[in-house]
Amino acid sequence: MNSASQLIPLLNIDEAEVNRQLQICNACRYCEGFCAVFPAMTRRLEFNKADIHYLANLCHNCGACLHSCQYAPPHEFGVNIPQAMARVRLDTYGDFAWPARFGGLYKRNGTALALFSSLAVALFLVLTLVVNGTLFSSAVDGNFYTIFPHNTLVAMFGAVFGFSALALVIGVVKFWRTITPGGEPIEATDALVKTGGAVLTLKYLDGGHGEGCTNENDAYSMARRYFHHFTFYGFLLCFAATSVATLYHYLLNYAAPYPIMSVPVLLGIAGGIGLIIGPVGLLYLNIKRHPDHGDAAQRPMDRAFIVLLLLISLTGLLLLGMRATAAMPLLLALHLGTVMAFFLTMPYGKFAHGFYRSAALFKSFVEAKREGH
Amino acid sequence: MIDVLVIGGGNAALCAALMAREAGASVMLLEASPKAWRGGNSQHTRNLRCMHDAPQDVLVDAYPEEEYWQDLLKVTGGITNEQLARLVIRASSNCRDWMRKHGVHFQPPLSGALHVARTNAFFMGGGKALVNAYYRSAEKLGVQIRYNTPVQDIELEDGRFVAARVAEHTVNGTRCPAERIEAKACVLAAGGFESNREWLREAWGQNERGEWPSDNFLIRGTRFNNGVLLQRMIELGADQIGDPTQAHMVAIDARAPLYDGGICTRIDCVSLGIVVNKEGQRFYDEGEDFWPKRYAIWGRLVAQQPDQIGYSIIDSKSVGRFMPPVFPGQQANTLEGLADLLQLPRATFVDTVNRYNQACRPGQFNHTVLDDCATEGITPAKTHWARPLDTPPYYGYALRPGVTFTYLGLKTDETAAVRFDGQASPNLYVAGEMMAGNVLGKGYTAGVGMSIGTAFGRIAGHNAALASLGQPIVKSA
Ligand SMILES: Cc1cc2nc3c(=O)[nH]c(=O)nc-3n(C[C@H](O)[C@H](O)[C@H](O)COP(=O)(O)OP(=O)(O)OC[C@H]3O[C@@H](n4cnc5c(N)ncnc54)[C@H](O)[C@@H]3O)c2cc1C
Ligand code: SF4
Ligand code: SF4
Repeated sequence: MNSASQLIPLLNIDEAEVNRQLQICNACRYCEGFCAVFPAMTRRLEFNKADIHYLANLCHNCGACLHSCQYAPPHEFGVNIPQAMARVRLDTYGDFAWPARFGGLYKRNGTALALFSSLAVALFLVLTLVVNGTLFSSAVDGNFYTIFPHNTLVAMFGAVFGFSALALVIGVVKFWRTITPGGEPIEATDALVKTGGAVLTLKYLDGGHGEGCTNENDAYSMARRYFHHFTFYGFLLCFAATSVATLYHYLLNYAAPYPIMSVPVLLGIAGGIGLIIGPVGLLYLNIKRHPDHGDAAQRPMDRAFIVLLLLISLTGLLLLGMRATAAMPLLLALHLGTVMAFFLTMPYGKFAHGFYRSAALFKSFVEAKREGH
Repeated sequence: MIDVLVIGGGNAALCAALMAREAGASVMLLEASPKAWRGGNSQHTRNLRCMHDAPQDVLVDAYPEEEYWQDLLKVTGGITNEQLARLVIRASSNCRDWMRKHGVHFQPPLSGALHVARTNAFFMGGGKALVNAYYRSAEKLGVQIRYNTPVQDIELEDGRFVAARVAEHTVNGTRCPAERIEAKACVLAAGGFESNREWLREAWGQNERGEWPSDNFLIRGTRFNNGVLLQRMIELGADQIGDPTQAHMVAIDARAPLYDGGICTRIDCVSLGIVVNKEGQRFYDEGEDFWPKRYAIWGRLVAQQPDQIGYSIIDSKSVGRFMPPVFPGQQANTLEGLADLLQLPRATFVDTVNRYNQACRPGQFNHTVLDDCATEGITPAKTHWARPLDTPPYYGYALRPGVTFTYLGLKTDETAAVRFDGQASPNLYVAGEMMAGNVLGKGYTAGVGMSIGTAFGRIAGHNAALASLGQPIVKSA
């Protein structure tokens, strides 16, 4: 009790607001059936800084508890859990970002992402000009490596991806250690399986009743869950395409360009299509979302990320379709630029949400197991 | 002309509107509140008491009709109408599929409410989620919904409904002219009069100290249930039932807002400690029975104290043993310090606690049973869970009476018709809190308010539709 109250002065404005609202929720509990946040909340009497970040990342921003809340504005209690949680999540991403000074990129993330993307695209346009002399090509064999040698690309992207992945891991590990102090022994297997299931199915976007989450009003819909699936699995397929191609290259000595009916290209097409349908849908839902639902100040971050994904898939598919035309070098530069921007900003943009949320989910399943559910 | 006009915007009104529409009538629903505050007291509810003979989705075991009826008989002390009560009980056993059809989701009991796992089905997301679902369904079915439309008067002709009148009023600075809305039939479901301060004052009167106790009452639910229609109907000669001084009242956190504090403002630690009045004196056995069985009498007990205030006092042994309160308690390391924080007379308060502490007999403390920890030699005694307050820090929560709803209503029958001099109106019906007194003359048991509103809302809506379409109405059994 006392140790937690001593921590209270350390709460920033966003955290203090979550703390205030959770005291109300904990005395009410009507939303217990919607998601994992409320059962985790009821395991506590008070909420210290770590608890608040844990619960904030457990929240999927489905909005159900806003529209169902009898204490939501205009009620003087002003309970708006998805909004309060979203604000703390931004603090989480910023606070735990590694290296720490890059955490500031979350402050104006939409701008940051746009800037990175433009710079990366410009870089590749310039590089193309430098090595190719022109943004267009006369040799129409569809071979990217005539412009950028394979090893150059691998070195560039490998280094950036490696750094970003490391940065993400460091951030999430720091987050985990903060929300799980004392290193209590953990029975991990069961919780891991459940976390995997919850992540892969987006269990907590089903509203607890299977009808989905809210968006522009109090009606439930599966749209967000499905579009997120398109995005997520589309992304994984694209990632798989690249991985298979890399294996082909190094293990089988089989270099690109690959025919349409090859594993990497088919995976890439499927993933690319998913990565168009998904982001378009998510963007639409994001634009239509109720103004009180979530943190409006983060919409630029959300949308910039969605648009970046969309640009990657669009340029990728265009590149594939037009690789045997004169536009190939230009499209290649655009595609490589957007992918590079994505890799660079992975740990400093919306992409990170999945990792922090998975960690929070894992913790919630560990706790539930310990409690015997 | 519209077929069925439904007046009110809570559970009973929505059930009526949906049923009337399903029966083929054109329906308009008038809600006094703006959209953001729609749903009356129903938005604050959490569950429905349901009869069932075998386990049913979220309900365990069985809760047969007879047991339900005995429970009602007990809490009302017999002030009930067995025929109507049994009608509600039976309806509660089969209304949930219909509720689900209109988008209501049920869930097992909330943590901290396991004692009603057998008897009560909880709404996922609470009453506001239920109300939202009904409004969505009503809109989809083509019910016309008008917010900001408080009905002020009813026009009758020989007990037959003719029209509702809305006075001129302003909404967000825009003037809405007076209106007269005709319909072939009407359902009244506009709640009780708990948020009518003047009426409460009149009902509760002045006490021997010259205070108007009701001025210090907090209203747990909506500010829109001001009983205008109830009053008007009684003036127009509708048969009434119940006693205006009767209200369901619980002790809630004194810092709760004047209206709409809802469920979260309850204070659940009374039975774990002692309660004193502003003079620092105890006044009732805090451990008489389990809190869920006693919380409703504490509203009245506090209402009888000077200034209508009480203070629930616990020590740190009790922390974590009750549902966390919405606001943190006052906290002090000494009894004197707590007295100062709560502005209680120091000497009397400390003396009260000391005398209580010395009176506590040793026993085996167990908050889940009526244990043997009781006091000896003080009045009032504390008969269970009496443990000395000796482990700082000490906590204090100020309590005020919180009104849930009033009992005064319109008399009705199994057709849900409003009655004038014992005659059923051919086209005017009533449902919900406005008639709950027929079943619940006094007392309360969790979840029965929604059972009554759902059963009678559905009957009223259905019969209003039949009446408007010129078909014979149904007498429910
Ligand atoms: C905090 C709290 C918790 C509760 N929990 C439960 C529970 O868990 N289970 C349970 O069974 N019961 C519960 N109850 C009791 C329950 O709320 C009522 O029994 C039930 O909601 C009554 O439904 P109703 O539709 O008659 O009234 P309400 O839901 O109060 O609806 C009345 C409606 O009429 C409107 N209105 C009022 N005057 C006018 C007018 N002149 N013109 C037009 N419209 C008007 C109001 O705006 C409101 O929308 C609770 C009550 C409170 C206050
Ligand atoms: S969001 Fe509102 S309704 Fe849901 S638990 Fe919190 S206070 Fe209760
Ligand atoms: S917004 Fe959805 S996920 Fe977040 S706390 Fe509310 S119900 Fe849970």
